[in-house]
Amino acid sequence: MTQTDVDSGEKSTITSDQLDPNFKYEVAKELGGKAVKFCYQCGTCAAGCPIRAIHAEFNPRTIVRMVLLGMRDELLKSEEIWHCSNCYTCYERCPQDVRPTDIIMALRQIATREGLAHSSFRQQVDLLGDMGRLYEITELEEGKRERLHLPQLRAKTDDIGKIIEKTELKKKIKGEKGGK
Amino acid sequence: MKEYSLFIGCTIPVRAMNYELSARKVLDFLKIPYRDVEEFTCCGYPLESVDELSSLTASAKNLALAEKYGTNVMTLCSACTGTLTKAKKILDENDEILEEVNEQLKVLDLKYERKAEVHHIIRVIMAEIGLDKLKEIVKRPLTGIRIAPHYGCHYSKPTSIFGDLDDPEYPTSIKRVVEALGGTYVEYENLMQCCGGAVMGVDEKLALKLAGKKLEHISDAGADAITLVCPFCYIMYETNQRRIERDLEKKFGIPVAFLTQLIGLALGIDSVDLGFKINRVRPKDLLAKIESA
Repeated sequence: MTQTDVDSGEKSTITSDQLDPNFKYEVAKELGGKAVKFCYQCGTCAAGCPIRAIHAEFNPRTIVRMVLLGMRDELLKSEEIWHCSNCYTCYERCPQDVRPTDIIMALRQIATREGLAHSSFRQQVDLLGDMGRLYEITELEEGKRERLHLPQLRAKTDDIGKIIEKTELKKKIKGEKGGK
Repeated sequence: MKEYSLFIGCTIPVRAMNYELSARKVLDFLKIPYRDVEEFTCCGYPLESVDELSSLTASAKNLALAEKYGTNVMTLCSACTGTLTKAKKILDENDEILEEVNEQLKVLDLKYERKAEVHHIIRVIMAEIGLDKLKEIVKRPLTGIRIAPHYGCHYSKPTSIFGDLDDPEYPTSIKRVVEALGGTYVEYENLMQCCGGAVMGVDEKLALKLAGKKLEHISDAGADAITLVCPFCYIMYETNQRRIERDLEKKFGIPVAFLTQLIGLALGIDSVDLGFKINRVRPKDLLAKIESA
């Protein structure tokens, strides 16, 4: 990400024509993005972030700053918006109630609409569409459950499939750009 | 006592059968009424990262089913707890969103009516039985057993959704339960750190590194066992413990027990019936200590 480039002293100048001044409003329209403009960059989020502590490329403060600057393309294509563990530490501590966890969720949702959903989430959506659950219940699990006297489960249902067809997520998630 | 619909989610019935088993045994023992709902599906958690409306609709679907049977939802998994509680709050406070979600739900001929409540099993036990009563009926106190808690994130955060059920920085519900069972609650460095489970699909190495850090802290504190309330956290610290040991070239060998397993043990339920044979990190010493007491 750009901030890292700056940290490492590498030049990465961004000119204003690469920025989208409306991006912050676009994010603010999302349910989770409402408070993005309240951020005054104090860094409390980054200080408490468990991912930031072990993975320098990830920084919630940088992500919020990039939204405010309008670095739309760079953010939506970045791997980093998918690295948040949604632990809500920053969300609880933010003095401005910016809710960075929810802002990152909003960014993922916008990225998905652009066909840029992370492959792991694409797979999960496929599984949910096919079975209504994340893990397949195979004969092996059925056997184990029977031996433990646990009730048998309905292995497959297209209920979630019907929902994501109706909400058009099924279409959006495929994307044209192929995503990551 | 109003009946609950038991929401086991996707992960527990496949990857944490010991949680399901111990939960059912403890609920039966405590005579907390619950039913299974065959039509329950994914809570909507994985969908939140890609589409808000789909996630809310998936949650509302499950809430609507619980309502259909005149029940509240009892969750075991923290991710399910967080997702369903959040969806309920959003839908209960926004007429327009509720309408939009119910419009989607028509494909399943369901409607969410803002009635069903969502409660994690530990909170159900605390509210319906109470810790004083629990303490009274303990047959086999966990005396001298040093238990390190892992609360996990979606069990009590964010507080904008959960209210004051637990303090986000210094939660005490697991402490209170462990102490009611007679065990010793062990605090350790960075106690509230996330397990990393939510990043597992995106960056396995990163997730395991995070989990490894916590195992080190718990190991340093000298705990006999870790206790937790979520299958994702369990997979990180239990299922993946040997792998983390290999990565870090360290030996932990710390048994991980669901809090329901510990409650069951203290109530005198047989360890096999509580699914301890499923635990990969062998809890032999832990069980011997408790059963010989």
